[in-house]
Amino acid sequence: MNFLKNCVAGAALTIALAGGAMAENSLRVAYDADPVSLDPYEQLSGGTLQLNHMAFDPLVRWTQDLQFEARLAESWEQIDETTMRFKLREGVKFHSGNEMTAKDFDWTFDRVKESPDFKGIFAPFTDLEVVDDYTIDLKTAKPFPLVLHTATYIFPMDSAFYSGMTDDGKDKAEIVKHGDSFASRNLSGTGPFIVTEREQGVKVMFERFDGYWDTASEGNVDEIILTPIKEDPTRVAALLSGDVDFIAPVPPTDLKRLEDADGVNLITMAGTRIITFQMNQERVEAFKDPKVRQAIDYAVNNAGIVDRIMRGFGTVGAQASPAGYLGHVEGMEPRFDVEKAKALMAEAGYADGFSITMMAPNNRYVNDDKIAQAVASMLSQIGIKVDLQTLPKAQYWPKFDERAADMMMIGWHADTEEFGQLPPVPDRVPGCRFRQWSVQLGQLLQPRGGCADGCGQWRNRSGQAWRNAARAGADAL
Amino acid sequence: MFAYLVKRILQAIAVMLAISMIGFAIQGNLGDPLRELLGQSVSEEVRQQLREDLGLNDPFLVQYMRFLGNALQGDLGTSYFFKEPALEVILKKFPATMELVFGATLIIVGLSVPLGVYTAIRPNSIASKVIMALSIVGISIPVFLTAILMIYLFAVELGWMPSFGRGETVHVFGYWDTNFLSADGWAHIIMPSVALSSIMLPLFVRLIRAEMMDVLQSEYVRFARAKGIAPWRIYFIHALKNTMLPVITVGGVQIGTMVAYTILTETVFSWPGMGSMFLEAVNRVDTPLIVAYLIVVGFIFVITNTIVDLIYGLVNPTVKLSRMGA
Repeated sequence: MNFLKNCVAGAALTIALAGGAMAENSLRVAYDADPVSLDPYEQLSGGTLQLNHMAFDPLVRWTQDLQFEARLAESWEQIDETTMRFKLREGVKFHSGNEMTAKDFDWTFDRVKESPDFKGIFAPFTDLEVVDDYTIDLKTAKPFPLVLHTATYIFPMDSAFYSGMTDDGKDKAEIVKHGDSFASRNLSGTGPFIVTEREQGVKVMFERFDGYWDTASEGNVDEIILTPIKEDPTRVAALLSGDVDFIAPVPPTDLKRLEDADGVNLITMAGTRIITFQMNQERVEAFKDPKVRQAIDYAVNNAGIVDRIMRGFGTVGAQASPAGYLGHVEGMEPRFDVEKAKALMAEAGYADGFSITMMAPNNRYVNDDKIAQAVASMLSQIGIKVDLQTLPKAQYWPKFDERAADMMMIGWHADTEEFGQLPPVPDRVPGCRFRQWSVQLGQLLQPRGGCADGCGQWRNRSGQAWRNAARAGADAL
Repeated sequence: MFAYLVKRILQAIAVMLAISMIGFAIQGNLGDPLRELLGQSVSEEVRQQLREDLGLNDPFLVQYMRFLGNALQGDLGTSYFFKEPALEVILKKFPATMELVFGATLIIVGLSVPLGVYTAIRPNSIASKVIMALSIVGISIPVFLTAILMIYLFAVELGWMPSFGRGETVHVFGYWDTNFLSADGWAHIIMPSVALSSIMLPLFVRLIRAEMMDVLQSEYVRFARAKGIAPWRIYFIHALKNTMLPVITVGGVQIGTMVAYTILTETVFSWPGMGSMFLEAVNRVDTPLIVAYLIVVGFIFVITNTIVDLIYGLVNPTVKLSRMGA
C-alpha cells in the first residue's frame, strides 16, 4: 500500500493594492474551474465549498491545523449523549438584508437532508431543533463523535429569500442536480462576498458585502473577479504576466519556477488526500496471503515517490490518517525493504512471482499515472509483473466500479476530515458500495458504547484499531 | 442551380444523421455522466433514480430515436453541466469561436497570397528561402505548442500581449460580443489568431507557390510575356486567377478543419468559445453537449463546402454547378 498526500498550492503576485485613482481594490483570481452552481448543497465538491466559504458562513470551520473555530456559532456544548447545543451569533445579516436566526438553520438542515450529495454526511443526524431565536440543538440518533466535523458543512441559507415560487412556478427551495433551479442562479448568504455577476465557465464577479458581520476581519479587497483557466501552463502564464493576481492550483511542474519568480509568493499547504492502491483478493489468490500483502507494502518506496515524482511536494504516508486526523498514530514510518519483501514472497511460496493487472486514472490526481508506473516497476523487483493501464478519469470510474483490474488506484479524502469514512471498495451487489474488508474495518472502528465526551473516546478506544486499520491493507483482516 | 441545392441539402441531412449516430454511439465509451453529476457519497438508489430520470437505462435505439424526434423540433438536448439547452450553450459560445476563425482567416488570406506569389516569382532569393524554411517549422510544430511558446514569449517575458481570455468585448447584438471594436479586444485576439493560423498559413503559402510556379510555366503566360504585358499584370491578373482554383477548394475544407483546431487554441488561451467548451464537455461526459457540438460543426463543414462550390463556379465559369451536383 502506498499512501501519499497531495499538496494544495496557490501562488499570488505581490502587488501593492494601490488606492488613489482606483476607489476599489480588485483581486483577479484564476482557478482551474469555476463553481458548477450557486446552490451550496447541489454538488459536494471543493469548488462548491470554496464558494460556500466566500458567500456563506459555516456554523464552525476548520483552522489550518485542523482545529475548530466558531463562525456563526458563538459557542457550543454537549447537553446529553446525542445532543449538541449551539449558541448562535446575533445581528448577522444575509445579503438580502434579512436577519439570520435559528429558523434559517432549521430550514437549511431540512433542505440538506434532501440533497442527494450531502444527505450522506448528515445521515447520523435526526433533527435540528430550534430552542429560541439564537439557540439550536443538533440531534443524532446515536452518540456520534463527528458532530463538529459535520457542522462545518452547515451553511445557513436565507430561508425567506429561498422560499416561495419563481415566476415560472417552481419552488425556489428545490435542489436540482442537473437542471435550472432558483438556488443555482441566485444567492443570499451571510458571507463576506456577494455574487454580482456570473457566466458559467467564463467568470464570476464578487463584491464585498457591506453588512458583513465579522468586522474583526475587515478584508482588503472590494471586488474579486474569478476566471476559470483550465490549462495549467496558461494559468501560470496569466500569473507571471500580471493578468491575474492569484492562481490555484499551481501545477507541480511549475512549483519551482514560481518559487523562484520575482514578485510571486508561492503558498503551499499539505492536503489530506491519500493515494492508495486496492488489492482485489477475489481476483488474485495470492493477495489473500498476508505475507504477499506485506511484501507489496515493503516493496513500494513511498519516500522515493514523494521525492522524485512529487518533487518533494507531498508527504510520505505510512497510515490511513494524516497528522491532525483522529486516529493518527505518531511515529509510524513507511515500511520499505526490498530484501525483506523478497523474503516474504518466498515464504508465501511466490518466490517466482506472479502477474497482475493494474489500473489508474491519468488526469484525476497529481501525477497519478506516474505514481502507478513507479509502483508497477517497484513491484516488478519482487517478481510481480504488472500489466498497467491508465485511463482518463471519465473512463476510469466505471472501470473502478466494475473492479476491472487486480489492483486499482484510489485517492481518498474523507469529507469529514477523519478516517471513519472509508475509501469506497465497490461491490457488485447494487446498493452496497463497500466490500467485506471495509465492513470489518468499519466495525473495528466503531466507538464501543457511548461517546459522551465527544471525540476523545473515539481516539482512545480505537487507537489500536486505527493502528491496525492503518496497515489493514497489508496485515490483519 | 436549384437541383444542385436540393442535392446538397439531402447530402447535408445524410451527413448530419451519420454524425449524430456516431456521436450517440461513442457516448457509452466516454464514461458515466453520473460520476461527474453526483458526489462520492451518493447512494446507489439515488443514482439509479437519476439514471432512470435521464433516460440512460433505455436501449440505444430508443434513446437515439427520442433524440432524433427532439432534434427535429430544434431541441438537441439539455447540457448536464450548463443546465441549458445544448444548442443555446453552443450558440452563446459560437461568436467567440467564429471571431477567432475569422481573425485567423484574415491572417492567412492577407499573408499567404503575397508570400506565395513572391516565393513563386523569386524562388531563389534569400527572402524566399527564409519564408520556405519558416513554413516548414510552422507546419511541424503542433498548434498548442506554438500557442504556449507565444504566451511565454509575448505575455510573460516581453509583456506585450495579454496571456488569456477575450478581454473587454463590445456587445453587438444577441449573443454576439465582438473583439474587433476595442483596443483591448484586438490585443486579446491577436495571439490566438496567429496561433490558430500557424499551421494553415504555411500550408497555403506552399500551395499557392506550387500552383503559381506551375501556372508560370504554362503556354499562355509565356505568350503574354512575349506580347510584352506588364509583369505585375501577368502575375496578379492572369496567373493568380488560375492559381486560386485549387486553393479555394482546399481552403474551403481547411476552414472547417480550422474550427476543429480551435479546440486546442481555445483551451490553451482560455478563449471562451465552443472549442474549449467541447473539450470540457468530453471531460465531464456531458453527452448532449458533445453530440450537439458534433452536429453543429458538421453543419459548418457542409455550409462552407457548399459556399466553396458556389465560389468555384464564379471564379471558373467553365464549371457548371448543375453538372457537379453529385
